[in-house]
Amino acid sequence: MSPYVELRNVSKAFGPVWALTDVHLELYPGEVNCLAGENGAGKSTLIKILTGAHQRDAGDYLIDGREVGNPTPAQARQAGIGVVYQELSLLPDLSVAENLLMGRLPNRRGITRPRELRRQATAMLERVDQGHLDPDTPVAELSLAVRQLVEIAKVLGQNPKVLIFDEPTTALSETETAALLGRIKGLRDDGHAIMYVSHHLEEMFEIGDRVTVLRDGKFAASGPMRDYDHDSLIATMVGRKIESLYPASSRTIGEPRLVVEGLRPAGVHSGQIDFTVRRGEILGVAGLLGSGRTELLRAIFGADPIAAGRIGIDGVEVKPGNPRTAVRAGVGLLTEDRKQLGLMLELAIRENASIAQLPQISRLSLVDTKAERSTVDRYLGGLRLRAKSWEQPVSSLSGGNQQKVLLARWLATRAKVLLFDEPTKGVDVGAKSEIYTVIGDLAAEGLAVIVVSSYLPEVLGLADRVLVMREGLVAGELTASEATEEAVLHLASTGGSK
Amino acid sequence: MTTTAVKEERVITFGDVFGRDAGGIIVLLVLFGAMTLLSDQFLTGDNLANLARQVAIFGIIAIGQLLVILTAGIDLSVGSVLGLSGCVTAELLAGGVPIPVAILGGLAVAVIAGLINGLLVAFAGLPPFIVTLGMLGIARGVVLVFTNASTIQPLPDAFGEIANGSLIGVPNLLWLFAVVAIVTAFVLRRTVFGRYIYAIGSNPESARLAGVPVKRVLVAVYAIAGLLAGVGGVLFTSRLNAGIPTAGTGYELNAIAACVIGGASLFGAKGGAFGAAAGALIVATLNNGGNLLAVNAFYLQIIIGLLILVAVSFDQWQGRRSR
Repeated sequence: MSPYVELRNVSKAFGPVWALTDVHLELYPGEVNCLAGENGAGKSTLIKILTGAHQRDAGDYLIDGREVGNPTPAQARQAGIGVVYQELSLLPDLSVAENLLMGRLPNRRGITRPRELRRQATAMLERVDQGHLDPDTPVAELSLAVRQLVEIAKVLGQNPKVLIFDEPTTALSETETAALLGRIKGLRDDGHAIMYVSHHLEEMFEIGDRVTVLRDGKFAASGPMRDYDHDSLIATMVGRKIESLYPASSRTIGEPRLVVEGLRPAGVHSGQIDFTVRRGEILGVAGLLGSGRTELLRAIFGADPIAAGRIGIDGVEVKPGNPRTAVRAGVGLLTEDRKQLGLMLELAIRENASIAQLPQISRLSLVDTKAERSTVDRYLGGLRLRAKSWEQPVSSLSGGNQQKVLLARWLATRAKVLLFDEPTKGVDVGAKSEIYTVIGDLAAEGLAVIVVSSYLPEVLGLADRVLVMREGLVAGELTASEATEEAVLHLASTGGSK
Repeated sequence: MTTTAVKEERVITFGDVFGRDAGGIIVLLVLFGAMTLLSDQFLTGDNLANLARQVAIFGIIAIGQLLVILTAGIDLSVGSVLGLSGCVTAELLAGGVPIPVAILGGLAVAVIAGLINGLLVAFAGLPPFIVTLGMLGIARGVVLVFTNASTIQPLPDAFGEIANGSLIGVPNLLWLFAVVAIVTAFVLRRTVFGRYIYAIGSNPESARLAGVPVKRVLVAVYAIAGLLAGVGGVLFTSRLNAGIPTAGTGYELNAIAACVIGGASLFGAKGGAFGAAAGALIVATLNNGGNLLAVNAFYLQIIIGLLILVAVSFDQWQGRRSR
């Protein structure tokens, strides 16, 4: 049997960074091919090349044995490539039927035909056993699991030959996941070629006929799923030595600085989180997507209200639930989403760097612009920020330099505790190692540092101790010597009970 | 340290002095030059004093509007609040209350209206457009109810002196307008509060996570916009020496137009006090010049409308280029 879709030696670069090099992929009708790899391994890029969202720089893309050149998304869809996205693409305020048939609503001279619309929608819903669902229901009223099914019905409406599932179970409960996996098996048995992308290894073993592993943008292996077990698959995904990007950990670890007691972030129904970070210590926080890592940082920083718990800094209790008190107490948070939750894009570099420090450098609420300028010079200069002038808008900087501006913001406040959420997301390799060096230096100066990252080598390379999160709580704690990628992944996906 | 920012040479440029407000001021200067050439009555003391009186009240509320716009909000209630505070002051004066007390009474009512706007926006999370649209109706309705929709007069002559008098040859109204513009420009550029206003307008969540007291700043901004509308109301009443219940109708749109022409962005964080003042002056100069040149007033409306579109398109085009 020949594959329906085949990629040969496909490569893709973003600027100087190669996201994919020489990747092979074959998708056969009636087979589920799982795409495995860590964050940053190139899975999303690969999907985007299949769907035509990205153009590859080298290699062949064959559909049904014919080279297709560089298809546009519309051409890829025409050729039978359907994707069920991780972030649902449905419009929440419109009805199920309108969502299903958006772009080709049945109409007569521009006037919609509601009865026909409902009939077609119900027919589409029946393909995912949701024929009982009223197609007039607004999507916002459906549970996430049902929305996922509607999404699948929508994709099936295009009669695809290939179905790509990108992290479809992130928001689903266990029973919903099981039902979805059953549904995907059904689609496979109908003769669809399926690519399944997930972080959850158990799901892959449950559903996969074949697995393709990417590692650092390169093709690592491909073979029948039954040739792998849990450990050998992780080993194939990881298969790399940690480079010397990370600072040497020759720090002296001192008194406890940040003490978290009985913390329960809002939305977690039971259990509590307790831990301490000492002066000079870097605590890594690992866990799967949605395991509550970001929520933990936001709870410590007071960005979200908490259900219970106490937070102390240098022995002084900090009233939770208010970022302003946290900033005054000496906590700084570098958020994962810099554009939405960190930067003020319209404003200048200087204004972005000094905003948290303004109360400290003002007298009678007048900003001491000389002091402002000199601290900005000092901290941004110390971070070797490359910019023509501090007055240029922060939006003109690259991701790595924007991250430095945010870092300078907290350095200027003389923070005692710094919380990093995905500090190197969207940052190129050069700036990455600079940021690692700064994090190491800060800890060496006596700060307590927490680093959250989905990129395991980063957590392991930086941290003196690793907390592994699962379902909103701490699943386990590992010392630097115990913390291997395998150990962390086991804790994160199974809570230690393998 | 060769890689840090190159020290800029400190040559003081036009842009340094007027900062984010430069565009509107250039247009204003061009307009002044053109009017001087076109009409020999334009650059006369009488006409300029007249122009100053026309622009001052509307300029003061435009500056209040600007503060709100900088936070990416909007205040539709300034015209109604102007009418309300003016009539409260007039009613107090007619009841024999001393002038300073009557003025404070009018201003207090305006601040309260602004506070209500601010609290609803900041704490109830309602959209500014809706909150202030409601206040627009409420404030106007309250004035019409308690005045029975009739003009309040006579008022003491001394009260009329406030807006009609002048100091060293310059109308009081212009002094006040200048003071409000300069103080606001200073607050926006040099104080922590001013910095916080731009930060909130740029990205309220980022600002909150940087320790900015977002809600308090928002309440203060709407209260100040209310206060300045109140100042406008007192001056309006003083200028006519009568409390007019319909005073300020439609001023909110003129104030928004002045801000936009002066370079403010309705998406927040862009614009400055001198820009808004210049925007107000541009609109007033066009009106004044139109009268001098005997241009049909209806055409002037069209011109001002076009000016808004040009100002905003120019802004968009510049924004796209720099991004």
